Amino acid sequence: MAEIGTLHYLVVAAALFAVGTIGVVTRRNVVIILMSIELILNAVNLNLVAFSRMWNLHGQVFSIFVITDAAAEAAVGLGILIAFFRNKETVNVDEVDLLKW
Amino acid sequence: MTPVATPFFFYMLSAVAILSAILVITRRNPVHSALSLIFTLLSLAGLYLMLYAPFVAGVQIILYAGGIMVLFLFVIMLINIERAQREMAFNQQWPIGILASLVLGMLFVYVYKRGASILPSTPTLMPEPQNTQQVGLALFSNYLLPFEVASLLLLVAIVGAVVMAKKRI
Repeated sequence: MAEIGTLHYLVVAAALFAVGTIGVVTRRNVVIILMSIELILNAVNLNLVAFSRMWNLHGQVFSIFVITDAAAEAAVGLGILIAFFRNKETVNVDEVDLLKW
Repeated sequence: MTPVATPFFFYMLSAVAILSAILVITRRNPVHSALSLIFTLLSLAGLYLMLYAPFVAGVQIILYAGGIMVLFLFVIMLINIERAQREMAFNQQWPIGILASLVLGMLFVYVYKRGASILPSTPTLMPEPQNTQQVGLALFSNYLLPFEVASLLLLVAIVGAVVMAKKRI
């Protein structure tokens, strides 16, 4: 088998990104949409770490910042989800229409 | 001593990551999705280890698989799972959504293939035992301001989550 280079990691990250995008666009459950966003952020992290293998450490530092952002996003998103579930008793995105005229 | 980063491990970890990512977005029960997401995160940590980034791999396991996933499972327990079992899992525009996302992924792969010649082929020599030390040095010298801004972001996120989730403030 051939040597594993940066391109292999980039293709894996692209596949994970596409799967995460499919989840965000097609699912109705907000919890699974948030999980798909985590998948997308992980694909970005894999890209950053794969590039950092070839250049220098800065990619790893950026991936730590991305993980921090993911933690903040999950906390706030799930807080919004709990507040919404308390009001409307649903977690489906197509029933979230309080702000529509 | 032969290196651990063999092609076999790369393909196995990538296959586990992508298959469990597909399971995440296709399972009807959110708990099953969360468990599959843990598998994806752990295999990505293995890929980070293969890329000689042990600190990021540790942070991935502790923070993602440990912290964020517990938060997800806790929220899944608070909402109604039985209702999600009965109703439709996908919305009406799922065919065009899948098509658009696949086109996006193909575009990425196409661009990577076209630009593969500018990717460097020889990895830089990174001493693995000093990885954590060097990441810490970079965080506290070059990236000191982003580091502090990240702490501010976490503070705002904590306050925001409490404000959202509390019944009355």
